[in-house]
Amino acid sequence: MSTVADAWEYLTTSSNWVGANGLTTPTFDGGWSWANDSIIALGIEHMLMTFTAVLIATVIALPVGIYLGHVRKGSGATVVVANTSRAMPTLALLTLFAASAIGFGNKAVIIAAAIFAFPPILTNAFTGMSGVNPDVRDAARGLGMTRFQIATRVELPLAVPLIAAGLRISTVQTVATVPLAALVAGGGLGVIINTGIATQRYGQVLAGGIIVALVALLTDAVLGYVQRRVTPAQLRAATGAKASV
Amino acid sequence: MDAPPNPWFSWNYLEKNGADVVDALSIHVQLTLIAIVIATAIAFPLAILARRIPRLSGPIMGITGVMYTIPSFALFALIAPFTGIGRTTVLIGLVMYALLILVRNMVVGLEGVDPDVVDAAKGLGYTKTKLLFSVELPNALPSIIAGLRLATVSTVALVTVGVVVGYGGLGQLMFRGLQRDYRAEIATSAVLCLALALVLDLLLMLAGRWVMPWKRTRVS
Repeated sequence: MSTVADAWEYLTTSSNWVGANGLTTPTFDGGWSWANDSIIALGIEHMLMTFTAVLIATVIALPVGIYLGHVRKGSGATVVVANTSRAMPTLALLTLFAASAIGFGNKAVIIAAAIFAFPPILTNAFTGMSGVNPDVRDAARGLGMTRFQIATRVELPLAVPLIAAGLRISTVQTVATVPLAALVAGGGLGVIINTGIATQRYGQVLAGGIIVALVALLTDAVLGYVQRRVTPAQLRAATGAKASV
Repeated sequence: MDAPPNPWFSWNYLEKNGADVVDALSIHVQLTLIAIVIATAIAFPLAILARRIPRLSGPIMGITGVMYTIPSFALFALIAPFTGIGRTTVLIGLVMYALLILVRNMVVGLEGVDPDVVDAAKGLGYTKTKLLFSVELPNALPSIIAGLRLATVSTVALVTVGVVVGYGGLGQLMFRGLQRDYRAEIATSAVLCLALALVLDLLLMLAGRWVMPWKRTRVS
């Protein structure tokens, strides 16, 4: 049980949270980076990386998914995108990027994570928009709405629950992907685990595992709450959290 | 001074490291297959339990959902301190994730069986066991096969994360290639990983067709 005791000690030592020398470390070129010995700093870095990756994925995937869903074309393509991303190991993409011109570090991780964050947003936006009841669309057209008005005022509000679910799945998945950054000299909470294994401090490994797991579960819970809040009461029963295609 | 060439693909790499690549690939295949077999063996009774005792269905689905949210990297970190570095740890992680996918699909498949069909079989005097094996399971097969395919493809990708505990099949080559800045090694193992997922998926699809002859003629 000494591992558990070590993990407890790691988690209850305040210098492990705030770092021995503060949250940031100066770099050689006069800038700064997040301190590698601080859970809080690594956590902030983790969330910033996650946010950036999901933001990039959303900016690209959401408009495409909404448009394709509106015109009801490209369902085959979205399925192919989803399936390929499932078969592609994250580590493969990470190492490929790190060895390419992109280089080691957080940039490669963010790009790889953004690529994996892409499919859930795309497929859910597509399914949400294209799944709107044809009668509802017909009624809107009968009222004299233009295509644009139908898309933004009828289909989009009805698709919001599924779009929110897609964003939630993709964010939680990104929180789970970012720890792999530690393997390619990036930052984030995975560093705790990776350093622990490299130095054979298994208490720290266990503590890191607990922290990463809790962060993922917490993110899921918070976004699940948000998802329920943005879902109109009438739609709640109809669309559960549809995860995959 | 020019940097030495570092191509993404080279025959030279394959010729000189062929044995290494085959080793990594065979470890990868073994881990995947063993994990899927063990996961299926555990998932099957669990799913039937969830079906027989509806009160257990909620908790089983809920717990599997929560466990699925735990990142694989964290899971390996959680069990490695107790099971050590290496094969056992990776296998436990792989079995867990595959198990979750399989149980969910089996339960969904069993719950989706048309109640009228079940009623008809009961009316014909089928026992519970016969009902399960000759009515419910065949009807749930499409969902079960879909779960098997999804679990297999995910497992092939997940094996690479085993690098964290030093036993990642082809992931080991990716990682080594990265450390040596050897692009051909990374690209070769990445392509093999994708190909393996594709081949296993295809095999399972064909197996699905073979065990569900009634699906062949229907245009869905």
